[in-house]
Amino acid sequence: MSNDTTRKGILISFLKPITSLAQHGLAGSTILVGAMIVGAIAMITIASPWISPHGPADINVGPILSPPSIQFPLGTNHLGQDMLSRVYSGGAIMFQVALLSVIVCLAVGVPIGLFASYVGGYTDRLASLVMDSIYAFPGLVLAIAIAATLGPGVVNIAFSIAVVYVPSYFRIIRSQVLTIKELPYVEAAHMMGAKQWSTLFSYILPNVIPSIVTIATLNLADAVLTEAGLTFVGLGLSVSTPDWGWDLTYGRQLLPSGAWWVIAFPGLMIILLAMGFTLMGEGLSELFNPRLQK
Amino acid sequence: MSLRSYVITRILLTVPMMLLLVTFVFFFIRVLPGDPARLHFSQRVDPKALFLFRHELGLDKPLLTQYFDYLFGLLHGDFGKSMVDFTPVSRQIFSAFPATLELAIASTIIMVGIGVLLGTIAAQSYNTTKDHAIRIFGIAAYALPVFFLGEVLIMVFGIFWHWFPAGGRMYPGIMPTGLLIGGKHYATGLYVLDSLLEGNIQKLYLSAWYLSLPSLALGIVMSGIFVRLARTNMLETLQMDFITAAKARGLNKRTVLYGYGLRNAFLPVLTMMGLQFAGLLAGAVLTETTFSWPGLGRYLVDRISFRDYTGIQGAVVFFGLIVAVVSLVVDILYAYLDPRIRF
Repeated sequence: MSNDTTRKGILISFLKPITSLAQHGLAGSTILVGAMIVGAIAMITIASPWISPHGPADINVGPILSPPSIQFPLGTNHLGQDMLSRVYSGGAIMFQVALLSVIVCLAVGVPIGLFASYVGGYTDRLASLVMDSIYAFPGLVLAIAIAATLGPGVVNIAFSIAVVYVPSYFRIIRSQVLTIKELPYVEAAHMMGAKQWSTLFSYILPNVIPSIVTIATLNLADAVLTEAGLTFVGLGLSVSTPDWGWDLTYGRQLLPSGAWWVIAFPGLMIILLAMGFTLMGEGLSELFNPRLQK
Repeated sequence: MSLRSYVITRILLTVPMMLLLVTFVFFFIRVLPGDPARLHFSQRVDPKALFLFRHELGLDKPLLTQYFDYLFGLLHGDFGKSMVDFTPVSRQIFSAFPATLELAIASTIIMVGIGVLLGTIAAQSYNTTKDHAIRIFGIAAYALPVFFLGEVLIMVFGIFWHWFPAGGRMYPGIMPTGLLIGGKHYATGLYVLDSLLEGNIQKLYLSAWYLSLPSLALGIVMSGIFVRLARTNMLETLQMDFITAAKARGLNKRTVLYGYGLRNAFLPVLTMMGLQFAGLLAGAVLTETTFSWPGLGRYLVDRISFRDYTGIQGAVVFFGLIVAVVSLVVDILYAYLDPRIRF
């Protein structure tokens, strides 16, 4: 009996963040839907070695360009690879690249943004100039230039995406810090003898975190799309790595033969993943900044 | 601040930004891969050929000399020589640019059309099913890789139904010749415009026919953000006092919405177009590759497959220049239309 109540307690504590999110109206449910999409794709990706009927990179597991059938539910491509297995495991690269690029952005963009805008003066102006120059540039073109120079590889792709997105972190942090550092409570902390760095980290940083979380989520969505774009222009990974972007790129040559299934399913997965992250980001920004809520 | 001093300040701010960008791209491409000349040849290469190759491109000079040579050349519209055939990069860039510009203009029209229309409808029916559906469209369009949409359009309208060409810009060999003045042709390179100037209806139809699918793909994808921005803007405008006043005076809904709301929500739309322009060019790179559209983006992608690092550098720098010029023009236009900006 008591065992039962504890189990119920655990279940409730597990569900609590979800139910409390749902209480936040539209913003909460937007986050929830987004998180559910991303979570489902993540689970499929993690479970792919066990649930895939064939190896995702194995060739000639079936006939070439077989349309969806009972044996191959999503068809096969021009190498006789099973599209279902490729769809299951193709997300791994997306998650790796996206997470890695966000980590780089957090490690570089956040400290620069906090420091430059808190110190102000020439440091701030110089950092702003550099960041604005990168920000104004078409992101994908810059990422292409960097990725073309660095060569293929997960880390290189993630790095080239990160360079493009660091300015977004910088700008949003800067605009917030400039407002927050003039607030009375920060002044009060100074009067009480708080050191500069402790003001920055204990008083200012916690108030910037919501914005950082929002921009990081949107960055994840963009990273997924940019990875697919880089693969599309020929800067992706090798053939042996299952990747939705690769399937889309090489499926293009198969279009005249009418093999729609080769691009349709990987394409839908990219859209779903990017949409999941975007929904989360949208919801979060509405939750933290309910300007338009009546 | 007067309009003149605003314009001067704004131009002065653009120069260091461009300089920074050129410097960044230059050193990144010249230094990071080690030796771009050696990287260009994927296999082992005769040292003598490599020496000549370096000499031809000026890669044997000290790095700083190369840098200043490049900067000085840029001022004269010289983007260096291609690693593939040693022809001036600028010639290829300038001949590819009109195609990109035409695609960008057509996509912008579609983007603004969809964006303003759906954004206004969504704001008008705030928090209803219609509003939610439009917001979902906005997010879905944003999450749509433009080349995937392009492939789907090619598949449906190009291959299955044969309504539109699956790629390319024009029938081979019948380029519109543009305006004829005193026995000389003046062409802009924008095929739709050139056909109009030439007065050739058939060419006009053809160039528009080829332009439809690429610009539709790019326009729909770009409208994702635009719908959202237009909706937010319209919502903010509709909450203002003068709208309430107009309603209170008993004006009908349509007049209030389009006559008062839309007109005032238009100014931010202009800034949004400026902000979206960089994104539009990035999307154009992928769209051009999908539709074999012979513009700057496809030039860049071609250069990657040839490992033509001077070509890549030239294309990237040129993209930067266009974005800088467009945002400059938009900002000046905005300051002219809305004097509050200048202060």
